[in-house]
Amino acid sequence: MRIYATLVYLFLYLPIGIIALFSFSAGRSASQMQGVSVVWYGKALSNPFVIDALKTSASVALTSAVLASVFGTMAALALTGMKGRLRVLFDAMVYIAIMIPGIVIGIATLIALVTVFDSVNPWLEPLTGYRLSMGFASLTAAHVLFTMSLVIVIVRARIEAMDRSLIEASSDLGASPLATFWQVTLPLLFPAILAGFLLAFTFSFDDFIIAFFVAGSETTLPIYIFSSIRRGVTPEINAIGTMVMATSLLLLVLAQTMLRRAGTSKQ
Amino acid sequence: MAISRHKARLLLLGPAGLWYAALLVLPLAVVLVYSFGERAAAGGYAPAFTLAQYANLGSRWAAFKNTLVLAPAGTLAALLIAYPLAYFLAVRVNPKWRTALLVLVIVPFWTSILIRSYAWIYLLGGRGIPTLLADLGLGDWRLINTPFAVLVGIVYGYLPLMVFPVYVSLEKLDKRLLEAAADLGAPPWRSFLQVTLPLSLPGVATGSMLVFILLMGEYLIPQMLGGGKVFFVGNALVDLFLQSRNWAFGSAMSVTLVATMLVVVTLYMRFLKRIGAARDDIGVM
Repeated sequence: MRIYATLVYLFLYLPIGIIALFSFSAGRSASQMQGVSVVWYGKALSNPFVIDALKTSASVALTSAVLASVFGTMAALALTGMKGRLRVLFDAMVYIAIMIPGIVIGIATLIALVTVFDSVNPWLEPLTGYRLSMGFASLTAAHVLFTMSLVIVIVRARIEAMDRSLIEASSDLGASPLATFWQVTLPLLFPAILAGFLLAFTFSFDDFIIAFFVAGSETTLPIYIFSSIRRGVTPEINAIGTMVMATSLLLLVLAQTMLRRAGTSKQ
Repeated sequence: MAISRHKARLLLLGPAGLWYAALLVLPLAVVLVYSFGERAAAGGYAPAFTLAQYANLGSRWAAFKNTLVLAPAGTLAALLIAYPLAYFLAVRVNPKWRTALLVLVIVPFWTSILIRSYAWIYLLGGRGIPTLLADLGLGDWRLINTPFAVLVGIVYGYLPLMVFPVYVSLEKLDKRLLEAAADLGAPPWRSFLQVTLPLSLPGVATGSMLVFILLMGEYLIPQMLGGGKVFFVGNALVDLFLQSRNWAFGSAMSVTLVATMLVVVTLYMRFLKRIGAARDDIGVM
């Protein structure tokens, strides 16, 4: 039993480990370890395409994670204790947004936005000299759809597990609802919101398939990696991949710590 | 406060509602409408009302067939590998290590599937495991760009998602039931088959459903490890939208994919109900 478990953990971590190991190779060969160096990290970080893609990915992830945490938290607060048709509708939306495959979300967003842009641009362009096209905004908006739903689920779980008596005590002691919110509710929810934010950032930063459809002329890091792999395996991709993994791992550890602090950490 | 509770609620729901309307409902409605249209001469969409796209689905049967064979096969393989690990974590392991080991299972799921699949291009490619096998005198193997490679990628990618629900249902299992079975003279294999396994079925069903649903829309794993030879619906969709620009046919295919998923989910839910599964088994990873 224990041997079996060890084997499964090896299966889970060996492939990642090999990528990380080869990223420190000094040679040009992507499949043989030739000395130890960080030369490929230097190469990757001085490659303007990589830096551009990294900047795009980071700013899309940051923007979408901020929007997702704010809008998701607002919605989670509103949905608490709510009944009726609107509640059912929102629950359905959250569920559908999480369950529909990313590829279908990507396709649907692409054709819907292109259709809208094509009908708006003919009168928008002469008027303002500006035309709408797929890019940063469409990608960010598409990521917010999924990550906002994730935040709603996480924050709502926290609200449900929260000690109501604190809020009641606050209003019994004469605090206004707004003061109660800022001084009691929000601090209690904060770890869950932050965990949601970090998971949203990680999702957006790692997403390939939605970006593949809706990124327009923008190149995110996963898109760059995907097209590089098509051209062949190099130690440079190993270095980039290792950095991406390390970033996600760091954010995950942070998110996990936050969830634990929030006391909702079962998963 | 000047605004009523109800109005405050609507204000709070505003942005999320707007997002769901503009980026979920509208796009899905567009896909549905377009699926009854035609391909414009220059690519894209031309308005029409025809079932021609759906009638033509047969021409992409291979993609559906691959998906409908490899998605269940991958789900089953993931389950067979995940179950003993979940059992080990829930029943056998020292509780001191349990949380850490669980976190170690879930962490890979939240890191880039692109890079994790890329790792297997390495391992299964010419100079990876095949070289190792040849050196050991085990013959000439070609692994990359085969259904086997895709299966390995699937199991690797989705194992964490399977382990978790199974673990949750095994962990909730009342250990006294097993003691009772032993007291009544049941050998361990029998109490496993007649007590543990049936009681863990809800977790098995939940995990299988999650993995199966995600696999139905998979693109990256078959693309990277199947090398265009092992084609899923997702690969056909990328081809239809980004290469041949046949939006109407691609939309019909998307609708069919989602419809197939809905049918499977509904059937599964019914199955879950029948075996009396608790709804709270469905966790968010």
